[in-house]
Amino acid sequence: MSIQNLRAIAAIYKFELHRFRRTLLTGLLVPVITTSLYFVVFGGAIGSRMNEIDGIPYAAFIVPGLIMMSMFTESIFNASFGIYMPKFTGTIYELLSAPVSAAETIIAYVGAAATKSLIVGGIIFLTAHLFVDIQVMHPLAMVAFMILIAVSFCLFGFILGIWAQSFEQLQVIPLLLIMPMTFLGGAFYSVHMLAEPWRTITLFNPIVYLISGFRWTFFGKGDVGIEFSLIFVAGMLALCLGIIGWMFRSGYRLKK
Amino acid sequence: MASIIDISGLTKRYASGFEALKGVDLSIEEGEIFALLGPNGAGKTTMISIICGIARPTGGTVQVAGHDIGRDYRGARSAIGLVPQELSTDQFERVIDTVTFSRGLFGKPRNDAYVEKILRDLSLWDKRHAKILELSGGMKRRVMIAKALSHEPRVLFLDEPTAGVDVELRRDMWKLIGELRQTGVTIILTTHYIEEAEEMADRVGVINRGELMLVEEKTALMKKLGKKTLTIVLVDPIAALPPELSDWDLSLHAEGQEIEYVFDAQAERTGVSSLLRRLGDLGLGYKDLNTRQSSLEDIFVSLVHQEKAA
Repeated sequence: MSIQNLRAIAAIYKFELHRFRRTLLTGLLVPVITTSLYFVVFGGAIGSRMNEIDGIPYAAFIVPGLIMMSMFTESIFNASFGIYMPKFTGTIYELLSAPVSAAETIIAYVGAAATKSLIVGGIIFLTAHLFVDIQVMHPLAMVAFMILIAVSFCLFGFILGIWAQSFEQLQVIPLLLIMPMTFLGGAFYSVHMLAEPWRTITLFNPIVYLISGFRWTFFGKGDVGIEFSLIFVAGMLALCLGIIGWMFRSGYRLKK
Repeated sequence: MASIIDISGLTKRYASGFEALKGVDLSIEEGEIFALLGPNGAGKTTMISIICGIARPTGGTVQVAGHDIGRDYRGARSAIGLVPQELSTDQFERVIDTVTFSRGLFGKPRNDAYVEKILRDLSLWDKRHAKILELSGGMKRRVMIAKALSHEPRVLFLDEPTAGVDVELRRDMWKLIGELRQTGVTIILTTHYIEEAEEMADRVGVINRGELMLVEEKTALMKKLGKKTLTIVLVDPIAALPPELSDWDLSLHAEGQEIEYVFDAQAERTGVSSLLRRLGDLGLGYKDLNTRQSSLEDIFVSLVHQEKAA
């Protein structure tokens, strides 16, 4: 770990945010509109016929899941694109030839992508307020959890961006793996509502622990204990950092 | 003069087993223009990529301005500006932003006056707010040079700076490189246009199949290896060279109108006068004589040919 070139971190961070700014309208409107649609469909049309879950009205119950779902995909897409595009266009030469360490590169790219995904998470949180009354029981923990999730999934996206050799590979993991895992991970229901053996099977899905943890910060209870959620987040962070460390040491798909 | 780059025993073997560099030793002196010549696939770009940190060496060491490229990569890379062969730019960025970005990436504090100077020197100042995608190919190449110079490097690498560039632009580029040199920047360029090396370089290195075949001052090289060609224009064309002339290395051209004699200009006896006497003895009248010094291109081709034959 070597962090000296702070100006390089600032330059990359600024560059990445500038890239997001170019697509500001879609970048911010899309989460607002999708969140609204979920509330109209799940909160309004279906939610009114649903019972409360663990004493929480259904429309409020889905808010943490919705935020998590958007942040998962936003983080992965932003971070993977951020490092994949220079590889694709060839501009990566400049990064590789610059006096920039692996740690500096990761802080800059992951930091910028996480910033955007936190902004999106915040927007969804605010949009949700238009539809339902939500009281957040542990606001500080909520913010901390969002930051942890944003950083973890941006690290994961960064790995994906280095690994991917085509646009299709870039999309396949978030769309075919993370999306279904999120839907089946209790974004819209409580794991307790499932019958066995599905309940036990679901517990093998790591996303369950992440959504449950975030829900805990809202309502003080989740599908699993908050300590399990924290272990999973920590585990994911450690795993991603380990993989990235190996990638930079070996030059995997970056250096010839 | 002090050397700014020291390469010793540099080897590169790709995962495929291909040996791109087979133990290269080379010293580049500060302030010179060094041209690295070689056919496609000779190892030019591999060598540059290793020095600049884009590829990893298999063996050997490289020092840039006294910094080892592995142990002290920050020091080494800070001294280098790289303009790669491919036109790779951030198409949606504006010219001035991308140059400012490069300066920051290399850890230099913001300096608008310096960035302005570079952009003016490269005739990019009027285009500073243009998006890169709006620029022509030649202008994009200039943007890449501006990026490479943004952090005030001591060494500038130009990998095939004029590949795919039209003649006029190539002249511009040469002029530009000449001007850069005035600022004291060491310039290393790779090219397979020999004309380019001949025009600009102080020293020339010829690389082929991963081996540095020679490194020589350009003028010395041309003198040393230079051959001269004597063209004799005959009054009356002949059908074939008479056997009496077989002592000389001659060839017949222009439908029997011209005899060409290639000789070593450095040799004690060039054989020119005896050849002319023999022509007189044979009654072959000539109306014009003309000698030509061989170019770097001829030298290069013969070097690479020798290698192939060996």
